[in-house]
Amino acid sequence: MDPKPLWLLAELTYKCPLQCPYCSNPLDFAGPRFRRELSTEEWCRVFREAKALGVLQLGLSGGEPTLRTDLEDLIREAHGLGLYTSLITSAYRLTKDRLAALKAAGLDHVQISIQGADADLSDAVAGTTSYRDKIAAYHYTRELGFPLTVNVVLHRRNLHQVEALIRLAESLGAERIELANTQFYGWALHNRDALMPTRAQLDDAWGVVQRERARLGTKLEIVWVLPDYHERYPKPCMGGWARSYMTVTPAGEVWPCHAAGRITTLRFENVREHPLEWIWEHSDAFTRFRGDAWMPEPCRSCPRKTQDFGGCRCQAFLVAGDAGLTDPVCSLSPHRPLIDAAVAEVESAAAAAEWTYRAAPASRVLAAKG
Amino acid sequence: MTAAGRPTVPRLHPKARLQHDDVRGRDVLLYPEGLVALNPTGAEIVGLCDGVRSLADVVAELEQRYGSTGLEPDVMAFLDGLAAKGLVTYGS
Ligand code: SF4
Ligand code: SF4
Repeated sequence: MDPKPLWLLAELTYKCPLQCPYCSNPLDFAGPRFRRELSTEEWCRVFREAKALGVLQLGLSGGEPTLRTDLEDLIREAHGLGLYTSLITSAYRLTKDRLAALKAAGLDHVQISIQGADADLSDAVAGTTSYRDKIAAYHYTRELGFPLTVNVVLHRRNLHQVEALIRLAESLGAERIELANTQFYGWALHNRDALMPTRAQLDDAWGVVQRERARLGTKLEIVWVLPDYHERYPKPCMGGWARSYMTVTPAGEVWPCHAAGRITTLRFENVREHPLEWIWEHSDAFTRFRGDAWMPEPCRSCPRKTQDFGGCRCQAFLVAGDAGLTDPVCSLSPHRPLIDAAVAEVESAAAAAEWTYRAAPASRVLAAKG
Repeated sequence: MTAAGRPTVPRLHPKARLQHDDVRGRDVLLYPEGLVALNPTGAEIVGLCDGVRSLADVVAELEQRYGSTGLEPDVMAFLDGLAAKGLVTYGS
């Protein structure tokens, strides 16, 4: 049976008041490729087409999705279709009234990021004073009866706070905390030397996670997104290329994952020109790596290929230079030494490198470079 | 095992929602970042967990609908599975 998508990530805008150096948005988010944002009506049509295609879970993300003044209308449409809607927000200046309006429109779940367990670190990583807004918004979500996910991207400068972050989520009454070790795409790859943790940091944090899971049971779900550079085998990226997931970018391009747009050897189509169904079934970007016929060795004859699908196409492109290769994170890949070298460099560095904040001026410079 | 001696009113956790999946012709429970596919009986059980009916009421209703008896162990096992995922809670 042909796979049908279950998940749609709608990146409503790439504008964001925060400047996280690990942001997964494209480096050229402020460039011409993403400038002409989809209208309310265009997004509503995308949601209808997605539902008809099989999508059940809708993530409303960005950038900062609450900057869209039509967010209530978009949620109303999605809710009317029966989609389960999650808002993925930084909560910058998010008021209780706005959250109540989103709830009334049918929003199901709220995920709010935090960049550190205290104001000093969180604001320093975000590059924007936002910690107080986040804490306030966490309380609003509880008062309004939303299920809450606390999301933290982990890296060299905040991994030591894992325990404090879990305690914070617990005290807020969150359902879940997502501890997402930085995945190196977009701005995170650009800032890799500054963000990559040491092995000792990861081991300590993982120890804390195991202990806290045992203590908390079902009271708080602790999701640990693996730091794949430090693993032997790659992650089953997106549950397999074009099997269950798609991202629609602010200007309507459709990608098999939120990092895929960087792969310059794929052709991406736009919802302004094609129905979503056609894009899912026939576009180059979606068909190229679906299934396993495209796989080279060592994946082709590897028994793990049905579990990890050969890993991540973006990582193969970004690190090994060809999206059609085995994920270089895999210890069986001939390109694994490139990953080992990046890890070793960080292990031996006396201090973490400086990072570049994700912001429009820096993005325009990078966009101009191409 | 019977339901005696513990809170016996199963209810769907507010984070979860029962939804028909037209494209795949089945019912599913949707929740943050996940879903569980349900068979028709499972969907019926979940539909009966309204926070008012006790477990015994749910079982009685199903036994009447199916014209059978002795469903309690199966219903409990099914709901306990959802409870382990945090999707069903028991109250009184
Ligand atoms: S990661 Fe940070 S900068 Fe990027 S969209 Fe999210 S909040 Fe904004
Ligand atoms: S060789 Fe390919 S299929 Fe095998 S473990 Fe590595 S990435 Fe996965």
